[in-house]
Amino acid sequence: MSHRQLLSGNEAVALGALHVGCARGTGYPGTPSTEILERFDELGGEAEWAPNEKVAAEVALGVAFAGVRAMVTMKHVGLNVAADVLFTSAYSGVQGALVFVVADDPGLASSQDEQDTRRYGIAAGVPIIEPADSQEAYDYTRLAFTVSARWKTPVILRLTTRVSHTAAMVQPCDAAETPPRPHFVRDIPGRVMIPGHARIKHRALRSKLAEIQKWNETEGPNRILPGAAAVGIVTCGVASQYAREAAPEATVLKLGMTYPLPFQTILGFLKDKAKRFVIEENDPFLVEQIRAAGGDVPWNPEAFRMGELNVARVKRILTHDASPEPVAPRGKPPCLCPGCPHAYVFEILKKHDCIVAGDIGCYTLAALPPLSAMDSQICMGASIGVGLGLRHVLPEAEARRVVSVIGDSTFLHSGLTGVAEMVWNPPPFGHVLIVLDNQTTAMTGQQENPATGRRLDHTPSPRIRIEEVIAAMGVKNVLTLNPVRQAVELDAALVKALQTNELTAIVARQPCLLAARQIRAAEQPSCVACGTGAGG
Amino acid sequence: MKTMKTDPTRNIRIAGLGGMGILTSSQVLAEVLFEAGYDVKKAEVHGMAQRGGSVASDIRFGRHILSPMIPDGETDFLLILASEEIEMHRPALRPGGVLIDARAFDAAALPNRKSLNIAMLGALSRHLDIPVDAWHRAIRAAFPEKLRDLNVQAFETGRNLPKPGDTL
Ligand SMILES: Cc1ncc(C[n+]2csc(CCOP(=O)(O)OP(=O)(O)O)c2C)c(N)n1
Ligand code: SF4
Repeated sequence: MSHRQLLSGNEAVALGALHVGCARGTGYPGTPSTEILERFDELGGEAEWAPNEKVAAEVALGVAFAGVRAMVTMKHVGLNVAADVLFTSAYSGVQGALVFVVADDPGLASSQDEQDTRRYGIAAGVPIIEPADSQEAYDYTRLAFTVSARWKTPVILRLTTRVSHTAAMVQPCDAAETPPRPHFVRDIPGRVMIPGHARIKHRALRSKLAEIQKWNETEGPNRILPGAAAVGIVTCGVASQYAREAAPEATVLKLGMTYPLPFQTILGFLKDKAKRFVIEENDPFLVEQIRAAGGDVPWNPEAFRMGELNVARVKRILTHDASPEPVAPRGKPPCLCPGCPHAYVFEILKKHDCIVAGDIGCYTLAALPPLSAMDSQICMGASIGVGLGLRHVLPEAEARRVVSVIGDSTFLHSGLTGVAEMVWNPPPFGHVLIVLDNQTTAMTGQQENPATGRRLDHTPSPRIRIEEVIAAMGVKNVLTLNPVRQAVELDAALVKALQTNELTAIVARQPCLLAARQIRAAEQPSCVACGTGAGG
Repeated sequence: MKTMKTDPTRNIRIAGLGGMGILTSSQVLAEVLFEAGYDVKKAEVHGMAQRGGSVASDIRFGRHILSPMIPDGETDFLLILASEEIEMHRPALRPGGVLIDARAFDAAALPNRKSLNIAMLGALSRHLDIPVDAWHRAIRAAFPEKLRDLNVQAFETGRNLPKPGDTL
């Protein structure tokens, strides 16, 4: 009998995926989802970081087309990048199984927005399963694969920060499933989504969803937790924990599969309740659907779609307490580590009063005081396009101050197409791109990326040389400088670049302080082995 | 299979700044409580923890834990590693709750500055009914070989502190 273990939700997903025979896990790092693949690898699963979420999802889809089980992990905004894959893979369906594990971040602990992944389920026609704690993260991961395999459809397992990052008890189930053997079965009308095929597949998708909904009514992972009072609460995910703690006397319908919803079950549950509530985090996703189906449930005040819920906030909803909420005290914000190589670059940009079209990574902290040296940050890769747009229309004196700044992992995630744009449609006064190459994905805890020369498990891999790629794409001036040891040269190069009408890219390369030791350790053995030094 | 404890829920928060080892000490604490047969939840927000910002970890234990985060005013033990964080967390403490403040520690008495997080657990351990060898086991399991003795020693320093906690 397997032992009970204390696992975070992310670790529980990894274990569940292993036990259900997931043949390959792919993904791109992003808080709060990152540890899933790292754990899956530690447990002996086949795991890889892909350059971005879209590629990760495509690889996982290919694995599923080969008749075996795949998962792809990402944070909520990652699904925006992978959305193209999601929508049409819902039409094609899969041969093995495909689970999108997507972690939302209500309350914005470490994200640029608070979007609700469940909207994608409705939009794409993909079932959504929502665990509430680590045990359910384990059980529902297995369930998600089972549903996916049975209906040959992708499934979204929606996590939230508190599910991903709370450690709690897990009793694993002993029945490990034997994965099927990969085998290619040709299915041209099923997988080549030209209009004639897709029309048929769209209909097939809708009838699959109708079947899944029927299954969800009778066999789905939904539970009624009986209570004494005539108060009925419909809830899902971690919000169900707050609801049960806030109102131990209430009767609770806890939904595990929130799309397609079991409306008969819900309406039947609500019928004899004098007071009805829906407790959910983020958007009023359940409220909207239940009301549209004729259920008489109230809207919660708008304030509760923002930030994460907790026991106190749920009590407010349940008691219609509209008094102003206490402002949560703000902790000390994070800052760049003392001596961080990024800081040297931003000191120079600040000195020249540059207009910095920024990007996402540790370096975004340069937007905060004392540096206050970044002017925009929207989504991964946006630095290049936004910088070019500014350069196209600003008056010359301002246009010449615009610089795009992007990290190495972000550059390979979605900066390449930005460079293609820069070369193809150069602004009149040229442009300057700085790639902050700290040789790691620092922000999310030092993961490898295609330019580090190592894979997810830190073993050696071929390496993409950023400066060579940029030069090959047609940027005229490409320099590589060390921002710490060559700060003076970097300053001079920037000044010169801002004055010309040409395109310039500067790769500022110096390892992240926290990753430096790991990088040295990983590079040491290959130096010994090949005698050439793996640094370069 | 071991028997589960049936005590009512108790709540511990460990707070400080990134780099102080909060996540390590809360991991040790959660393992110790879990091994003792409690239902345990440990909630923390990762992400920017390494870059010097505020970090807090909530550990709840008892018979059956629901919310991962401690509701305000229900914290039984508040361990504060960075004194500037006290005011932010004071409302979390329940009346009569115990505040364990790093300032009660003589830094020079610790085997190493970095082991304050584990010394704080030593001070906390005096309030919990858990055998000392269970603590030692969990601490040893959490560190690489060369840091094990040092951290057990730090734990003992905290445990033998003359003033283990100030009651508020
Ligand atoms: C689509 C998307 N995926 C993932 C993330 C999470 N994330 C933000 S920045 C980043 C990578 C940062 O790495 P890099 O660009 O190398 O900068 P560094 O942190 O190393 O300075 C990641 C994974 C995100 N914000 N958006
Ligand atoms: S983790 Fe690395 S990249 Fe991030 S602030 Fe610290 S030194 Fe800089």
